[in-house]
Amino acid sequence: MTIATIDAVSAELVRGRGGGGPAPTRNVVAYGFWIFLLSDFIMFSGLFAAYAVLSGNTAGGPTGPELFNLRNVFIETMCLLFSSYTCGLGALSAERRQPDRFYVFALFTFVLGAAFLFIEISEFAGMVSNGAGPSRSAFLSGFFTLVGMHGAHVTSGLVWLTYMVAQVIAKGLRPHVLRRLLCFSLFWHALDIIWVGVFTLVYLMGDFR
Amino acid sequence: MLGRLSWAAIPFNEPLPIISMAVVLIVILGVLGIVTIKGWWPYLWREWLTSVDHKRIGVMYFVLALIMLLRGYSDAIMMRSQQAIAVGDAQGYLPPDHYDQIFSAHGTIMIFFVAMPFVIGLMNFVVPLQLGVRDVAFPVLNSVSFWLTASAVLLINASLVIGNFARTGWMGYPPLSELGFSPDVGVDYYLWSLQISGVGTLLTGVNFVTTILKLRAPGMIYFRMPVFCWTALAANMLIVAAFPILTATFVMLLLDRYVGMHFFTNEAGGNQMMYVNLFWAWGHPEVYILILPAFGVFSEVIATFSGKGLFSYRSMVLATLGICVLSFMVWLHHFFTMGAGADVNAFFGIMSMIIAVPTGVKVFNWLFTLFRGRIVFTTPVLWSIGFMVTFVIGGMTGVLLAVPPVDFVLHNSTFLVAHFHNVIIGGVVFGAMAGYNYWFPKAFGFTLDERWGKASFWCWLIGFYLAFTPLYVLGMMGMTRRLQHISDPSWQPLLLAAELGAILIFLGILCQIAQLYVSIRTREQRRDLTGDPWNGRTLEWSTSSPPPAYNFAVMPRVETIDAFWEMKRRGPPGVEPAYEAIEMPRNSATGFVIAFFAVVGGFAAIWHIWWIVILGLLAVAVTFLVFGWSENREREIPANEIARMERARLGLGRPA
Repeated sequence: MTIATIDAVSAELVRGRGGGGPAPTRNVVAYGFWIFLLSDFIMFSGLFAAYAVLSGNTAGGPTGPELFNLRNVFIETMCLLFSSYTCGLGALSAERRQPDRFYVFALFTFVLGAAFLFIEISEFAGMVSNGAGPSRSAFLSGFFTLVGMHGAHVTSGLVWLTYMVAQVIAKGLRPHVLRRLLCFSLFWHALDIIWVGVFTLVYLMGDFR
Repeated sequence: MLGRLSWAAIPFNEPLPIISMAVVLIVILGVLGIVTIKGWWPYLWREWLTSVDHKRIGVMYFVLALIMLLRGYSDAIMMRSQQAIAVGDAQGYLPPDHYDQIFSAHGTIMIFFVAMPFVIGLMNFVVPLQLGVRDVAFPVLNSVSFWLTASAVLLINASLVIGNFARTGWMGYPPLSELGFSPDVGVDYYLWSLQISGVGTLLTGVNFVTTILKLRAPGMIYFRMPVFCWTALAANMLIVAAFPILTATFVMLLLDRYVGMHFFTNEAGGNQMMYVNLFWAWGHPEVYILILPAFGVFSEVIATFSGKGLFSYRSMVLATLGICVLSFMVWLHHFFTMGAGADVNAFFGIMSMIIAVPTGVKVFNWLFTLFRGRIVFTTPVLWSIGFMVTFVIGGMTGVLLAVPPVDFVLHNSTFLVAHFHNVIIGGVVFGAMAGYNYWFPKAFGFTLDERWGKASFWCWLIGFYLAFTPLYVLGMMGMTRRLQHISDPSWQPLLLAAELGAILIFLGILCQIAQLYVSIRTREQRRDLTGDPWNGRTLEWSTSSPPPAYNFAVMPRVETIDAFWEMKRRGPPGVEPAYEAIEMPRNSATGFVIAFFAVVGGFAAIWHIWWIVILGLLAVAVTFLVFGWSENREREIPANEIARMERARLGLGRPA
């Protein structure tokens, strides 16, 4: 082996153990955003824990099975899951520098996300008008806060998506725009993961209590 | 129009807050006036307020902490004085309503706005330099974090004169902190300022975990990182994992207070103990967020001034990470008396004792590093040795409190107060002071005066023991915490001793101010021209003091632990390195602007001025959107410019 080969091998070893010097910007940005999303998960875990503790404390008010309409929630869930799928297709189109396909998938994502929000808001409005608002009982406080916090995230996701489409229109699919798109799609998929938890803990387990 | 805000919010009839606030306002206006008259605003704006340089941000965090230390200390001396004189028939000078605000503010400020900025400031300044890189992963976000912390400081201090502060203690337990029992703005000041600073701290955590895991000089594998970087990594992972719990908890309490929800109320199925659990699920990791970086400081200081590598580096790293994990499994020891049952209490009691083991490993590592070292007794070493003795005592009283039956006797007594001051002053504050004396020459290019530094250390150390040993004894005698009036006159002598200790600590603070003043006056004689005043071992000492904006002209290559020590052993490279152009982040006003609107929005939320809240939120969103649209966030320093600066630094003169 020549000295150059030995150098190359040892450099490779060091890189494998994290000694290859600073990572490229794209990796740093995506990694940092992942860490942020983990912290968001932990924030949600606090709300999940609170809901789990309080879900039986209905204070004589309505209970979960009396309030939840599983058919609507199922449609809602499907909207969000499919929006994640179209979001993934949009991310792939962006990576392949196909702006037109990206716009189409972004539109699908937005419409599905908006449909999810519409169903959620009508569910909330129905409950409030029936006297089952967030201050009725500890159970309902936990419910509205957990589900509403997720809804607030979806809302800001829709604003962000619109903003990213505007950036793509104005600037094209340049590296820094692609980095921001990558963060957006991480965010949107993370909302799915949280919703799977909400759907299971709040609606399925709540309905079969 | 102005919500709950009216002239009645300003306590004109109470002289104490009005006078102290007038003094503070005069000082602030005086400083602003001098800055304006001298024409320093452009300099301040360019070099500090909009700077995204991690070194500048670190210094600003540290200054913020020092100023808030004075505020927190004045709360402390007021409480000590009240307890020393309000015995028997005497009522003292602080009515209960005022006294309760003072102990709540003291705890809140000391934890969130003194201890946290101390350790975050040190991490900001040191970590990128030790990793051999040019900045943190997200420099603008770093500036946002700092300014959010600063705006929370502004908000919490506004409570001194506009409205009042919480009377709930620094933990804000419901149902006392619920609307029914705390109807005025005190708890809202507490909640909003901690929410704002909490977001800043969380972003710091994200930033530093990413920096340490993704940005290191070539060759710096994990097991070549300086121990301070390891402890910073552990602390920031804890921030990411713990602070969101606090955010969620405060969201729930805010919803209870503002929208009438029932998370923690007595009525409608609320559960107060859930708050206590959630609070300490954040709160116990929080104490390790504070102490782990301090452990890192002591490791650096002791290794450097013993002239040896740290004893058993690997066990130090493993102990750090062990504490990091275990810190999430002990939270219930803060409320054994809640009544969770013997088996639950036994589990958490045993876990609390187990977490003392890795800490013990660390103490032995420091001792063995000192053993047969060529120890130089500088001020940082004194702080470190003082820490080792003091912290071991605090640790042992902690293990005592971890025994549930003992805790039932000592819960909420001054024994507990003495214990946590023992570990936080003896650990975090001593660590901050050791780090301050150790890294000051790196930050400013001249060393601090040793005589005043040592005087300050001895005042602090003796003052600490004099102030808190009596509280251990009083706790055993049955004195509970937060007493505004003492009915048992036999406690008074010990309380007077504690008062004396607090005064001695004040002398220590005065010595520190004198140390800074004297050092600045005599800075020409104490210039550090080498960049390495202590014969250091890690990379921050390989660059000039103060370091250039880009930290390292050529990125260092790391081949061992204590990389700089190895470089010195091999001698200088002989040939001048080939300089390349360096990309550096541009200044950004984003942090400052967001913080401004956070103060306005937070203040409006406290006083229920909804239209300003909405405007403030919109302004923050617009600032984010403007920043999110921007590009060209970097500027390039050309290679010949770097070569010129490096030659000037190394005294090589003009290029041929």
